[in-house]
Amino acid sequence: MSSATAHVGLVLVSHSDLVARGTADLVAQMSPDVPVSAAGGASDGGIGTDVERIMVAIDRAEQGGGVAVIADLGSAVLSAETAVELLGGDRAARIAIVDGPFVEGAVAAGVVAQTGGDLDAVRRAASWAAAAGAVGHDHSAGAADHAAAAEATRYLRRATLVNPDGLHARPAAEFVKLATSLGARVTVNGKDARSLLGILSLGLAQGASVEIATDDREGREAVDRLIALVESGFSGE
Amino acid sequence: MTLDTRWAVAWLTRSADAIEEHAPMLSELDRAIGDGDHGENLNRGFAAVRAALSDLPEDAQPSDVLRVAAMRLISSVGGAAGPLYGTAFLRASDAVSGRGELGPSDVVALIDAALRGIEERGHASAGDKTMVDAWYAAAADAAAAAAEGGDPRAVLAAAARGAARGAESTDGLVARKGRASYLGERAVGHRDPGAESTAIILQAAESA
Repeated sequence: MSSATAHVGLVLVSHSDLVARGTADLVAQMSPDVPVSAAGGASDGGIGTDVERIMVAIDRAEQGGGVAVIADLGSAVLSAETAVELLGGDRAARIAIVDGPFVEGAVAAGVVAQTGGDLDAVRRAASWAAAAGAVGHDHSAGAADHAAAAEATRYLRRATLVNPDGLHARPAAEFVKLATSLGARVTVNGKDARSLLGILSLGLAQGASVEIATDDREGREAVDRLIALVESGFSGE
Repeated sequence: MTLDTRWAVAWLTRSADAIEEHAPMLSELDRAIGDGDHGENLNRGFAAVRAALSDLPEDAQPSDVLRVAAMRLISSVGGAAGPLYGTAFLRASDAVSGRGELGPSDVVALIDAALRGIEERGHASAGDKTMVDAWYAAAADAAAAAAEGGDPRAVLAAAARGAARGAESTDGLVARKGRASYLGERAVGHRDPGAESTAIILQAAESA
């Protein structure tokens, strides 16, 4: 890794200053090492977006790992694009604008940045595409062979969520952090275990059953570790 | 009358006056199919442009004037119109960079660059019921006037007429971009506020 120490920075562009700052707080709590800057509201403090404020926020969030800009509504994306254009060509290559769910996208991006994900990984984590999150079998031609092979190597374990929050908020972030660090292709109830948005979309509360599975031999230890985390009630073990 | 720095300043000053005068009408159009703030937002932006024009250096060229306007609009408008008009004036500024006085082909290049900037920034095309419709017709008519050998003033006049026609054409369209696109068929019969403000701004360019 060329810039192992530099986390990807986040800029949160909302029409509301309060929404931007509140979301930045949420991200900072779960991802303390990630540079996050809020750029919400118009220049007069009202509802809107401010290109100059976005440019300043990008400068603050850039610490060598690139910057993901997460924008809330249509014109926030226009303002973010304008800010990137004004910053110029060299800088633009190190900035990704993400048009996805604002709060969930920011939290997901933060978790991936915290665990050392690069700009592309952070962008994918925050975008709508990641919300689908399924890693299911490929149904294209020749997939039957794969499916048969996968059946033979499939490793699946179940556990019940005992902690009060279920697989939400901080526990979900911890889960994704661990899954990401283990590197293997693992699913939780069919969703990619590394996709925070995918996991949040499952809406798993206390008492719900989770099914953690892998088709890769090298993913078995990851399944065991994740099951252990769930069974511990996310008590830090 | 030549199209020089004085003209550029007069264009933006007249635009600011005309936007101020028509702000209630623009917001009224926007209330019907958007969020009702187009007039106020643009008026705030052009008021900032007007204030910035008094600080121009003595040797400013038309492109400098357009660039100052772009930056003020980008930072002061607040809604989507800020980045859109800001990008338009930014690209227009680049298109006439180094020209102390604009000829017919410079006017065509200026309007064409503005159109392309707005299309790119807004991810919109002609027929989407946006300000692109006004800029598109303006660019087409300006190019035709220049091809017929019109002087810069004639090219500007053609652009202003084209913009008015393009704005009118949005009445019958279903919106495919922006908040109006949520309304589907219900947007038909309403003029796009951004297309109307474009017509006002290009009318100011002609009369400056």
